[in-house]
Amino acid sequence: MGVLEPAASKRTGKIKNNRSSDSVMEIIMYVIAVLFLIILIYPLYFIVIASFSDPSAVAGGKVWLFPRGFTLDGYQELLRHKNIWIGYRNTILYTVVGTAIGLVVNISAAYALSRKDLAGRKILSLFFIFTMFFNGGLIPTFLTIRDFHMYDTFLVMVLPFSVGVYNIIVARTFFQTSLPGDLWEAAQIDGCGNLRYFLQIVLPLSKAIIAVLGLWIAVGYWNSYFNALIYLKNPNMYPLQLILRNILITNQMQSGMGSGEAAQIALRLANMMRYSVIIIATVPIMCVYPFVQKYFNQGVMIGAVKE
Amino acid sequence: MKSGQSSPAAAIGQIKRNWGLYLLLLPAVVLTLLFAYKPMYGVLIAFKNYSPALGIDGSPWAGFKYFDKFFNSYQFSNTIKNTLIISVYSLITFPIPIILALMVNQMRPNRFRRFFQTVSYMPHFISTVVMVGLMMILLSPSTGLVGNLYSLFGGEAPDLMGSTSLFSSVYVWSDVWQHVGWDSIIFIAALSSVDPSLYEAATVDGASRWNKVRYIDIPMLMPTAITLLILRVGGLLGVGFEKVYLMQNDLNITSSEILSTYVYKIGLLSSQYSFSSAINLFNTVINFILLIMVNQLSKKLSENSLW
Repeated sequence: MGVLEPAASKRTGKIKNNRSSDSVMEIIMYVIAVLFLIILIYPLYFIVIASFSDPSAVAGGKVWLFPRGFTLDGYQELLRHKNIWIGYRNTILYTVVGTAIGLVVNISAAYALSRKDLAGRKILSLFFIFTMFFNGGLIPTFLTIRDFHMYDTFLVMVLPFSVGVYNIIVARTFFQTSLPGDLWEAAQIDGCGNLRYFLQIVLPLSKAIIAVLGLWIAVGYWNSYFNALIYLKNPNMYPLQLILRNILITNQMQSGMGSGEAAQIALRLANMMRYSVIIIATVPIMCVYPFVQKYFNQGVMIGAVKE
Repeated sequence: MKSGQSSPAAAIGQIKRNWGLYLLLLPAVVLTLLFAYKPMYGVLIAFKNYSPALGIDGSPWAGFKYFDKFFNSYQFSNTIKNTLIISVYSLITFPIPIILALMVNQMRPNRFRRFFQTVSYMPHFISTVVMVGLMMILLSPSTGLVGNLYSLFGGEAPDLMGSTSLFSSVYVWSDVWQHVGWDSIIFIAALSSVDPSLYEAATVDGASRWNKVRYIDIPMLMPTAITLLILRVGGLLGVGFEKVYLMQNDLNITSSEILSTYVYKIGLLSSQYSFSSAINLFNTVINFILLIMVNQLSKKLSENSLW
């Protein structure tokens, strides 16, 4: 990021009054910043320590800064639930295949649209952009998927919704602003066709945008549950998020029922699992995130550039 | 070779020369036609008595029957009211990412600032399912963090997830918590492109830091802010399905039933395809009109517009 140092490095304000008001402002600002950080981090931290704690200590409000009654029961309980691992596998498959398809479809369309000598460029852009603001809606889309015999198939999870108009716009802006205009002219003189130029020259120069879109699409697939909820019936094809929904949200109401020792133990384990399951579902993204953070930021900024 | 040639012969020549580009566009165009435009044709079932056996074209016309049915139902005012409350409430929180960006921009570019930014973007990558799961755990009056906090001070915690009056607050503020950092990136980017000489001139004139924020930073953010605001207003009746649906339970349903969840329930859970499509279409059309109106208004007032 092109970081500026406004005011901060220039502490040569001529009027004394201003300088003292500046430092008051600075102090207030950092106090707010630290409070803000606590509000952001603490809930997440709490889940982590609660996942290693005795559930009765958690329920009794004894867990604040460190795990109490350290235990790994919650994680052990996870191992017994086969559907979580099936979901994990499915999510990885959908994410990998879906991201690959999404990249091919969106990057190549974006490059074509970025070329000023593409006849019909305006109409083609409108063709895509219109779908951002108007769509058939849930049922007509559902019926379409069913007509194509894609209901409850692997394909429905990776193909139909892979065109991301916003992604195309971002990538198009990238190609327009970062590829030197005379490069294509030069390649053309050397007898290079559009496809060869795209594959051998454009793509190697566009690693940044490929990384950005790849990550956006991958996070989208990893986190989504809507399409699975609508278009999948077979539990063996459920992605992780749908299984998480059943564990974290739908079953919540039932966990208060039952009595007796066995029910108590089951309840205890179910409670513990809620914490550990959040951890294992979120850790993959959180682990990758710090390394790819700068690409995410870049992507948002490319998207912010107006033509 | 240059664009802007208008004779048909030249256009055809251009198309022939650039066939490779059309090939690159093909996958995205085909997918958009099949999965975005075909469902748009399917919207016709909103005006028909759709029966799966007869298909879209074969089903008899019903005119505006299903629209009337919706306008006269109890859920009409209820879902619209709930949808509007949530979206207007969200709209009010619109300045928060801007304030955050102004603050980050005032920080010296050091480790703290980097840490602050990394942490503030992180919750954005939590999936909706996990987010709602987190809220259920943390906001539970008996065992959650909020419950513990209340009992620490000897109070009775409200049941935030089961409250009708607090539903919109819980929805909106949890959204702020999750996305405020991410939403600020675009404004931070806009601020980093401010010409440093403006700050220097202001310093020479004896401006305090606050005045620089007030008279340089905030005006610089206006174009970006207005563009984003237009999009938000355009989506006023388009509150997303995913989070609200997960947050719904028997206790809060009177204030948590919004248009998109109602469309889902009527359409897929009770298979009233035509009725559901009619509600959906009504929603889409209102959004579309709103977007165009706000865009026109903004064009008049500030010369900022989407197109």
